[in-house]
Amino acid sequence: MPATDQAEQKWNSQDGPQASMRPTERPTEPLGDDTRHNWARGTGSHQLAQALGWFSVGLGLAELAAPGSVARLIGVPDNEQTRGTLRLLGLREMTSGIGILTQPRPAGWVWSRVAGDVMDLSLLGSALTTGDARKDRVAAATAAVAGVTALDLLCSDQLSRMGSERQYSQHEPHDGILRVRAVTIRRSPEEIYRYWRDFRNLPRFMRNLQSVEPLGDNRSHWRTRGPVGSQIEWDAELTEDLPNQLIAWQSLPGAMVENSGRVTFQAAPGDRGTEVRVELRYTPPAGMLGAKVAQIFGKEPKQQLQEDLRAFKQVLETGEIACSEGSLGGLQFPQAPAQAPAELPMEILAKAA
Amino acid sequence: MKANCYIKRNKVEVQDVPEPKLINGRDAIVKITSTAICGSDLHLVDGFVPSMERGDILGHEFMGEVVDVGKDVGNLRIGDRVVVPFPISCGNCWACANEMYSLCENSNPNAWMAEKMWGYSPCGIFGYSHLTGGYPGGQAEYARVPFADIGPLKVPEELTDEQVLFLSDILPTGYMAAENCNIKPGDTVAVWGCGPVGQFSIASAYLLGAERVIAIDRFPYRLQIAKERAGAEVLNYEQVDVLEALREMTGGRGPDACIDAVGMEAHTPGPMYWLDRTKQAARLETDRPFALREAIHACRNGGTVSIVGVYGGFIDQFPIGAVMNRALTIRTGQAHVQRYMKPLLEHIQNGDIDPTFIITHRMKLEDAPHGYELFQKKQDDCLKVILKA
Repeated sequence: MPATDQAEQKWNSQDGPQASMRPTERPTEPLGDDTRHNWARGTGSHQLAQALGWFSVGLGLAELAAPGSVARLIGVPDNEQTRGTLRLLGLREMTSGIGILTQPRPAGWVWSRVAGDVMDLSLLGSALTTGDARKDRVAAATAAVAGVTALDLLCSDQLSRMGSERQYSQHEPHDGILRVRAVTIRRSPEEIYRYWRDFRNLPRFMRNLQSVEPLGDNRSHWRTRGPVGSQIEWDAELTEDLPNQLIAWQSLPGAMVENSGRVTFQAAPGDRGTEVRVELRYTPPAGMLGAKVAQIFGKEPKQQLQEDLRAFKQVLETGEIACSEGSLGGLQFPQAPAQAPAELPMEILAKAA
Repeated sequence: MKANCYIKRNKVEVQDVPEPKLINGRDAIVKITSTAICGSDLHLVDGFVPSMERGDILGHEFMGEVVDVGKDVGNLRIGDRVVVPFPISCGNCWACANEMYSLCENSNPNAWMAEKMWGYSPCGIFGYSHLTGGYPGGQAEYARVPFADIGPLKVPEELTDEQVLFLSDILPTGYMAAENCNIKPGDTVAVWGCGPVGQFSIASAYLLGAERVIAIDRFPYRLQIAKERAGAEVLNYEQVDVLEALREMTGGRGPDACIDAVGMEAHTPGPMYWLDRTKQAARLETDRPFALREAIHACRNGGTVSIVGVYGGFIDQFPIGAVMNRALTIRTGQAHVQRYMKPLLEHIQNGDIDPTFIITHRMKLEDAPHGYELFQKKQDDCLKVILKA
């Protein structure tokens, strides 16, 4: 069917790329309202954080606007001193609440709630020993704050742990993962096909690949470069080859991570060149650590494919890969690196070796 | 070598750093003879642009002598005197082929960062945070210039550094701002901001045939330069109601085009300013929109608003209703400097414009932090600071 219909169908149909992505996976979103509230959608710990945020705002408003009533409610004497203290506490609550609700990473702000809870508990504790306090109400308030403290601790703990786990996506599932990316390159489909078809060129722009050696009979041997000189290798075979249109390959049995890829070349409108679409699939065996997958496919496989295609475009259009200076070991005042060392382009690695 | 480095918010320091080396075949190394501090450098130092790291070398307006060339640079030789444009452009992508050099698709190694922020990435820029590639900047003794076969412009010996330095950024920027106004004979153009870019916008508007140019600012010394050197009619917004004045001055129509040469750190008298500063501090808003809002309100129906002041993120309360209902055209972008360098060099050689009129302070590179302070606080009638080797 015509290319545009195909593209539409792919994105709209149930069997399209989106179907095999787990529900919490999203393509990279632009920063802005979406990203700010991204953290608030979906997962339970973020809903809890939102609730705590609103609770803080509400409580803070009450303490600021009606400190006398709050004092009487929790059983402490209603005088200028306690009112003043309650107003300050109200300000603190509001700040925590606003921080939780508006900041993209609320973990720290929820921790600030915990600190506030500790402060509240100690204030209530000393109120219990004061002569003119309503002990029953103070005790009830203390119990309530203790409950909220537990929630705050639970929430902030979950949020903090989630932050570090995101790097090596635990979403690498037991079913196949599909990555699809497109880039438009200002060269003819023939030139681009010719470049990609010689698999020995792939490491030039696929930064985790060290080498691809043809073995004859449409087979090739692939090696990746991992940190500290480690390597992962596998064999693959060419499964489809339509000159100037399509190349597909598949790892052979015995590969540590079964993977396959497919690239299509299509003339772009006007004088824009060629639209190159790459699909990469891989199926890590059950129980494989995120780290192993990361070693083969990069820390963030989705992002890695995008970066590789960008490098591909640069190589074909400009003859080189854009880079800015990084701290190549031993510079006293390093220009902070543009890319982590494992992802520097070939020229830098060659010179640093 | 010495280089002026960002340390933290509101602090820059001249430090000793390694000299740059050639990395790619199309690189060149330039020994810098003159460089300048840009208003957009102030946005970096004032903390409004994310991704600045301690030790980053600042500066994107520079010129000097070529001291080394990569093997693939055909048009430059060691010893050539060049002005280097601030956008880094490959010349081969669709954007460069269509002369949109500040949208080069291949020159930002941190394109992923810019994509997260803005959707797609513009070009890489010298010394302008890791968002635009983390390239070391030109407030230094040497700089590596990528794609040196496309960017740098050779300049004739008989013109001094001061006469041509601004071809690197602010003169083409002011010119593009005026060009974007689509000026027709009889047009009135209003310019918000009498900083260096505003001054060049005024001059360029006249070059492009504007009948009247009205300039708006609050610093009397800047308004004076706009009036006496650039030839504008001036309004001090702390003394007059700008919208009313513009309406009356244009016979009730409004200016045909409005240039916002102020950008994200706009100022307005009164409490609204402090409300927006608070919103910025609470990260509810990243940029301040006062000049832009006023420019939109002032513009005549069907006119053009040309945004050349730098913005980074989001503003509150954008008058989209005014824009839509009155059919305003908004044109904007980082300047496609390479497009304008040669024609503007000719204008300078013909005497149509003398860019040196904006220079108020000259100092050595070592004094850069002092220059930043004068420029930021607008002390000592500072308009433009040049740093010499």
